[in-house]
Amino acid sequence: MNTIGKVNGIIANLVIVETEGTAAQNEICFIEHDNTRLMAEVIKIMGNKAYAQVFESTRGLKVGAKVEFMGHMLEVDLGPGLLSKNLDGLQNDLDKMEGVFLKRGEYTHALDDHKTYGFVPLAKPGEKVTAGSWLGEVKENWMPHKIMVPFKMEGEYTVKSVAKEGEYHIHDTMAVVTDKEGQEIKITMTQRWPVKVPIRAYKEKPRPFKIMETGIRVMDTLNPIAEGGTGFIPGPFGSGKTVLQHNLSKNAEADLVVIAACGERANEVVEIFTEFPELDDPRTGRKLMERTTIIANTSNMPVAAREASVYTAMTIAEYYRAMGLKVLLLADSTSRWAQALREMSNRMEELPGPDGFPMDLPAIISNFYSRAGFVYLNNGETGSITFIGTVSPAGGNLKEPVTESTKKAARCFYALSQARADSKRYPAIDPIDSYSKYLEYPEIAEYLNDKIASHWTENVFNAKTILLRGREAHEQINILGDDGVPLDYHLRYWKSELIDFVILQQDAFDKIDASTPLKRQHYMLEKVLEICDMEFKFENFEKVNPYFKRVINQLKQMNYSEYESEQFKKNEKELETIIQERKTA
Amino acid sequence: MEKDTKAFQRVYTKLFQLTKATVSLNASGIGNDELAIVDGRLAQVVKIMGDVVTLQVFAGTEGIPTNAEVVFTGKAPTLKVSDDLAGRFFNAYGEPLDGSEIIGEEREIGGPSVNPVRRKQPSELIATGIAGIDLNNTLVTGQKIPFFADPDQPYNQVMAMVALRAQADKIILGGVGLTNDDYLYFKQVFDNAGALDRIVGFINTTEDPPVERLLVPDMALTAAEYFAVDKKEKVLVLLTDLTLYADALSIVSNRMDQIPSKDSMPGSLYSDLARLYEKAVQFPDGGSITIVAVTTLSGGDITHAIPDNTGYITEGQLFLRKDSDVGKVIVDPFRSLSRLKQLVIGKKTREDHPQVMNSAVRLFADAANAKTKLENGFDLTDYDERTLEFAKGYSEKLLAIDVNIDVDTMLETAYALFEKHFTPAEVGIRQEFVDKYWKKN
Repeated sequence: MNTIGKVNGIIANLVIVETEGTAAQNEICFIEHDNTRLMAEVIKIMGNKAYAQVFESTRGLKVGAKVEFMGHMLEVDLGPGLLSKNLDGLQNDLDKMEGVFLKRGEYTHALDDHKTYGFVPLAKPGEKVTAGSWLGEVKENWMPHKIMVPFKMEGEYTVKSVAKEGEYHIHDTMAVVTDKEGQEIKITMTQRWPVKVPIRAYKEKPRPFKIMETGIRVMDTLNPIAEGGTGFIPGPFGSGKTVLQHNLSKNAEADLVVIAACGERANEVVEIFTEFPELDDPRTGRKLMERTTIIANTSNMPVAAREASVYTAMTIAEYYRAMGLKVLLLADSTSRWAQALREMSNRMEELPGPDGFPMDLPAIISNFYSRAGFVYLNNGETGSITFIGTVSPAGGNLKEPVTESTKKAARCFYALSQARADSKRYPAIDPIDSYSKYLEYPEIAEYLNDKIASHWTENVFNAKTILLRGREAHEQINILGDDGVPLDYHLRYWKSELIDFVILQQDAFDKIDASTPLKRQHYMLEKVLEICDMEFKFENFEKVNPYFKRVINQLKQMNYSEYESEQFKKNEKELETIIQERKTA
Repeated sequence: MEKDTKAFQRVYTKLFQLTKATVSLNASGIGNDELAIVDGRLAQVVKIMGDVVTLQVFAGTEGIPTNAEVVFTGKAPTLKVSDDLAGRFFNAYGEPLDGSEIIGEEREIGGPSVNPVRRKQPSELIATGIAGIDLNNTLVTGQKIPFFADPDQPYNQVMAMVALRAQADKIILGGVGLTNDDYLYFKQVFDNAGALDRIVGFINTTEDPPVERLLVPDMALTAAEYFAVDKKEKVLVLLTDLTLYADALSIVSNRMDQIPSKDSMPGSLYSDLARLYEKAVQFPDGGSITIVAVTTLSGGDITHAIPDNTGYITEGQLFLRKDSDVGKVIVDPFRSLSRLKQLVIGKKTREDHPQVMNSAVRLFADAANAKTKLENGFDLTDYDERTLEFAKGYSEKLLAIDVNIDVDTMLETAYALFEKHFTPAEVGIRQEFVDKYWKKN
């Protein structure tokens, strides 16, 4: 029998419920109003009063409304059918909702009860299994989707029977297992899991040792992110965060992509809805949407569901990781999530931390980032969640609480610079302020030198030095004037510009330039560094700028042409001619 | 002290707490967000704790006695919608300013959000003739974009110009703390253009109580939804000035003893503004709501909480600035941005539009660097001199707000400037476009 209560107070979406029975922190309850049931989550209990944040508008709600406590936390359904879905923060399938406007109290299932999936058994009777063990496999779109022992089942079980190969519905019994007492438990294709609890059905989580290729040169070449790594992109508005995230989801080398559009613009979500089903997946030749799940809780949707949306996305990512897949999780923007926490903390009249955010914000953020990672599953297979979150720092100031807390949690930092964005140098990732801690991991360095070229990391650090020296030279030129510095300063500056224009800047809207495979990145970096190593002869500083512009122009045309095509080779030849004009050593 | 007058209407006469913006009383059976009339003034329920109800009085509480009559209406604020709205002006409560009656269906304002999967990706260009907008920061139907402007800049004039050229079926003006002069200006401009029958105005002027302003954007957007959803029309909503809206929010939250966050603004500012701006939408059946708003800045400071939160919500922003070199107000190409332009430029406009736009802005940035050099007393290179010449032409012929030409002419004008001052390599656009559009000498 569920605990019953009644509404005693209402402040915006915070509702105070008086109850005689037991209630638990984070328990889900439903408030009856106007023939609908509004979902809410308990966030504080004081005596017989439970404070609940309602995931909907509370307009018209009255004191005395009946409340039913459900006895569980916020849970999501896990099973085949999550891919290609457009879900909201509470995992409602947006496409199944009727009407143009979202109706209050309307909840829809993420999974399709009537769809059948072709099942192939993997486990055999007599096998010992634990939570997360693979019992069988179905095809979801074209992806192999494992049917697993539910994560909630603790301890060891013995497989009694597994369904034969064939077509089944998601609620059909796919396997029967027995526990130590010999009790039989039926397992279907679906299970439920509370989103705020990490899924730990794996053996160990080692340090990441591979990189995840993204096709974005300024990331892969200069500051690579590890497979199973974490990164964040802070940037003022208009600096290209969203374009960068979209590009990542299109080109990164992941089996599937989970996008949490958290408190952001609806039109951006619509862009994903519209483009992804049309976009060819550069990695599989199929449609991008087939391996994408979108959790959309736009800024005008209820604030409490916004907070839930990032957890829903993470839980779905963990579910697929347990199948041995490489998952890329993108959250745009984690600042909106933090703001949702702030709004609630404020309504509960908690003593505020810095900038009005709750005191435990850093802990909440680092807990969340720690759910990403590369894992060895219990059966020896590997899976990973690479997580990249964006941060929208208030006033573009990186010293605000969300950015600072995230900086402590994430290993890669991709600083978007307003100055670069203003001069249309996209992606506006600052090459000097940004970092990837993974470059310092010996196992990653080894992996890179092995996979790309023996002296790769050396080249990368070399390029970084040239960029830094170029920036210093540029500052000197600005202070002392063009003719107040030695000619060499101009050369230094223009060599860094060469790297900037050819390697760092990349046209996300150009068919060819949008994504660069590692092999090509290697080729172009070598090419550019080779030029940076050369000595040139100039009569005076005025000749440096136009000359390097010609060099850059040829290299850019190369970036725009198909790798090793006629056009590519033609530009390379012309480049050689230009170089010979002034090269001395 | 309770007596029933009509069904759903309950009357109370005992207030036990009054602040400048709120009153509290004991009452029961009251719904959250419900409207009430306190001493003849409109008020709305903002907090219920047991039998204590707190109301926000829009017109302020000056002179309200503790025994004032409070009548609860049993419903949230509404607007009567019908085609009757067109060509008329209303106050913040949705009552016609001319004192007449309006017949229509009563709808709650501040209604639910559009399901994101029921939206269509915006793809229709709004031509304004202003190159600073059409060439560099192209607007699209279903977009939401504010002018970030200092109070002395002619943002209301530019906005009126954009509205008239945009070929919208309806223009809905939400005047939030508009000066009476500006209100009359809008009325006159629309009248002169013969567009008055396409206009619906919801006006709160500086003479009206500030908290009343909180209703204006919701009124305007409810009317917009009527025309866009029911009538499938292209609706353009002008909201000026939303900084005053945010100020009114902070007054109410302050009176309710809420802990302020950055710049004394309520912690929910982002959600509050997003709720308005996200009403901008393109529907698959042709109806659309486009929002052009104004956020006034103080001393150009965009890190203040109001412009900062706005920037994260809207799809870009437009900056005006006086270019002293040509003596005209221009649309600043560096700080302005239309995020949705990618959906139309080079697709609905000529293929080379994106590259021409980027190159011109980059050269304009080079000119700004050259100018800094000049100011610091350094010699200019030949290239610097040429960028400065280019910048003047660019400002005068393209960026100035008095330009009124179509997009193809803008591109031709840009090429003419490129050819006059630079080589193709210096401009740096793709070879195939150079071959096609660069006039050979």
